[in-house]
Amino acid sequence: MQAHLLSLLIWLPILGGVLLLGIGDCAGKSAGRRLATVRRLVTVRRLALGFALAVFVLSVPLYTQFDTHTAAMQFGEHHIWVRAFNIHYSLGVDGISMPLILLTTLLTVLVVIAGWKVIRARVAQYMAAFLIMEGLMIGVFAALDAVLFYVFWEAMLIPMFFIIGVWGGPNRIYAAIKFFLYTLLGSLLMLVALLYLYHLSGGSFRILDYHQMQLALTPQVWVFLAFFAAFAVKVPMFPVHTWLPDAHVEAPTGGSVILAAVMLKMGGYGFIRFNLPITPDASQELAWMMIGLSLIAVVYIALVALAQRDMKKLIAYSSISHMGFVTLGLFVFNPYGLEGALLQMISHGLISAALFLCVGVLYDRMHSRMLETYGGLATPMPVFATFMVLFAMANCGLPGTSGFVGEFLVILGAFQANAWFAAVAALTLIFGAAYTLWMVKRVIYGKVASPQVAALADVEPREIVVLAVLAALVLLVGVWPNPLLEVMHASTDNLLQHIAVSKLP
Amino acid sequence: MNFASLNAAAARAEIFLAVAACAILLLGVYGDQARRAARCYGLSLVALVIAALLNGLDFSAANGSAFNHMFIADPMAKLLKIAICVLSAAAFVYGRQYNRHRGIFESEYYVLGLFAVTGMLVMASANHLLTLYLGLELMSLCLYAMIAYYRDDRLATEAAMKYFVLGALASSMLLYGMSLLYGFTGSLQLSVISSVLTADAATAAQPQAAIALAVVFIVVALAFKLGVAPFHMWVPDVYHGAPTSTTAFLSAAPKIAAFAITMRLIVGGLNALPDIWQQMLILLALLSVAIGNIIAIAQRNLKRMLAYSTVAHMGFFLFGIASGNAPGYSAALFYVLIYALMGLGAFGVILMLARPEYEADQLADLKGLSKRNPWLAFLLLLLMLSMAGLPPTVGFFAKLAVIHALVQSGLLWVAVLAVLLAVIGAFYYLRVIKLVYFDQPPSADPATAAQTTTTITEGDIAVSPAAILLLSCNVLAIIALLPWIHYLIAICNEVIRRFAV
Repeated sequence: MQAHLLSLLIWLPILGGVLLLGIGDCAGKSAGRRLATVRRLVTVRRLALGFALAVFVLSVPLYTQFDTHTAAMQFGEHHIWVRAFNIHYSLGVDGISMPLILLTTLLTVLVVIAGWKVIRARVAQYMAAFLIMEGLMIGVFAALDAVLFYVFWEAMLIPMFFIIGVWGGPNRIYAAIKFFLYTLLGSLLMLVALLYLYHLSGGSFRILDYHQMQLALTPQVWVFLAFFAAFAVKVPMFPVHTWLPDAHVEAPTGGSVILAAVMLKMGGYGFIRFNLPITPDASQELAWMMIGLSLIAVVYIALVALAQRDMKKLIAYSSISHMGFVTLGLFVFNPYGLEGALLQMISHGLISAALFLCVGVLYDRMHSRMLETYGGLATPMPVFATFMVLFAMANCGLPGTSGFVGEFLVILGAFQANAWFAAVAALTLIFGAAYTLWMVKRVIYGKVASPQVAALADVEPREIVVLAVLAALVLLVGVWPNPLLEVMHASTDNLLQHIAVSKLP
Repeated sequence: MNFASLNAAAARAEIFLAVAACAILLLGVYGDQARRAARCYGLSLVALVIAALLNGLDFSAANGSAFNHMFIADPMAKLLKIAICVLSAAAFVYGRQYNRHRGIFESEYYVLGLFAVTGMLVMASANHLLTLYLGLELMSLCLYAMIAYYRDDRLATEAAMKYFVLGALASSMLLYGMSLLYGFTGSLQLSVISSVLTADAATAAQPQAAIALAVVFIVVALAFKLGVAPFHMWVPDVYHGAPTSTTAFLSAAPKIAAFAITMRLIVGGLNALPDIWQQMLILLALLSVAIGNIIAIAQRNLKRMLAYSTVAHMGFFLFGIASGNAPGYSAALFYVLIYALMGLGAFGVILMLARPEYEADQLADLKGLSKRNPWLAFLLLLLMLSMAGLPPTVGFFAKLAVIHALVQSGLLWVAVLAVLLAVIGAFYYLRVIKLVYFDQPPSADPATAAQTTTTITEGDIAVSPAAILLLSCNVLAIIALLPWIHYLIAICNEVIRRFAV
């Protein structure tokens, strides 16, 4: 069981997705078939939830049976796939990827619940897209073979392309194609870098082999830049972030949640798995660039967020700003920075997902994301207001929430490297508080904006479940981050030792 | 020389097919129009399948040769011939209904197709400049006729005329290059040419510039035949103007035959002169991928768009040859096989969508296809993803193999340019997916409903289930082959390893 656990986690949701596609949505158009169609809809939703829950439950042993004392890959599985190119079907997790897999499985369950009543068109395809994407995302985090990683990495774009393009807003086609082409451009450069490494390593696609490989500085810099093209787009770092606000605004709520909570993390994960260990010298050499871009993201994008009237856009820019902390933490090369970055990835995954879900709750009721539509929501929707304020506080990094732990550790790490980095990064605590609180003030408090707002129904049990799970986790990680840090510790230590050793021949 | 020393058995597939085609032509004279067509169609398929089987599946057999070494039967020829026969048979199946609705004289059509296939088989086995030319012309002449099959159609006639004039020009260039080559080496046999050139290169006996002239003529002629930029002008017109059934036929097997002559001539005959042809091929390939991908974006006609996409794909396949090493040739072979599968599938989908009086070849015709015909929409999705080279499809592995070969021969910058141009290509494939899945069917729009509803309502004419089944297998192979992809790559490697020079 343990030997095939990762395979199961990857293929079970994909199988579920294909099954849902096979069942389909519509039993027929005639009036007599109406009932059959409705019944089928119910089956589809239940099946989707069943698969998502099953995958989540199956992923729990990854945590409970995880050996925290070793940095080695666990739950490994290795088969040869394409002998001619020495490509392996090779899976495994360490303390860096395992929490991200759990985040993926958890959020997929929440997204399925969140889309339960809201999605009415092509329900089976919608659910199938999320399940298939779940499998592919787990594959990205678990792949230990470069080509296998690439296959999952690219394939994952396809369901997301559909989610934005089919169920998105008015400008969805522009957003979907922009999202796809941006990511593809970066990824293909990474592919060339991988083939180059394959050639240099004498015919190996194993990522862990690349970690041990000697490499002169010039090729290191080129390989670094090629990986940078792929991962910086995904994070997204300034100045290649422009696809994100478009994609987020147009995507349906579930799409935004997965995009912000999991897909952006893949950029950070890529830096940790590829750039830092494969090209450590180039990473040191180019750290000024990475830190500079991160600080620009942290400060400048926070200011951009301040100017938004569309809530989803605001949260999207806030995501970019928060992801700046992740890249900052990675390139100060100390334990605080690295662990802070990892924790920030998890924490941002929870908080941004929650905020997008909150906007989704409002959008489902009012069909508007504009700040000026709302006001005084605390009166008609007290329960919702409580949740929203909690997540907003977490987004500003209030102590006691998960947002604080990650940002604090990263600032601590930045301080060790250079006090000025920390000073600039800490500015975001002010700006972040400004735009978040301003949003909360305008949406939740103040006078009730209109009769429609006054008549809004509060969150229903389905929505409460989703928000409550996230709220609990945000508080848990904020108060007691140790269970997460413990899991990561061995891997981050190992990574830092690895980076400290020069790989120049 | 007695008959046995000709070793004609090595050419049994070609001989069988030529005889079968003649017999089918005769049988097509009797009976009424419909029965004649059905008989010729059925018999042609049987003939193609038998011709494929005659090659056998044993890729480890020793190389044979026939007709005094003018003709060789090596594993590469065997593999290519099987692919040519099978893909041509599939093209006939897809095009059958289209032909029937348009009153095309089917019996002659299939016979022409069989002769074209015979030409392609000869090309695959050519070891002599004359054999090669013979096969090439046999194929081309049949194709001209198949393209001009709507003789009253302005576009089809123009396409055939263009193809004929340019094809003749290319053939004359090929002949001129061959004659120069004969002057330098004193032989028309490729293996002799190769060894003479190798010996000459070692002693620097011949002036390089003069040989380069011969190589230029040959490469230009091949570029015409392959349809790579800047010699691609005929491709969009022919793809667009020809009946779709012919376009489908053109898009698969002739590409494989073109690969065969490129391998035989460039790698088999001119292997001593990589310095001369490598740069030319790289330039041609880069231009093709750039021009094909960029101009495809501007197309409104699906057949034209796919034609430019073919130009780009031929460029990509040429990268494999241009990398000038065994992995490169193997990658090119793999690429061209996969491409033939995808190209045939794409035109197959258009053929399935076509109705009498309705060609379904405008991009706008695809709007909302996922609502009208979810299964064909899904097949088209797979095809577009695979053509764009996205995992998890075999199209990705084809591109991977080619880029890998480029990196391995140190052409890193070419590899980077190639992938950047592939991103441009992804745009128009995505646009097809957008039309199919994101847009609403046109009949919802009252302005166009009057023109279209009468023609694209599903169910007015049942599409042949056999054709749909075959098309589904063809397209699903793009994704279903993945777990077994290494067998295919291993066969390609083995075949190239034993490529007889």
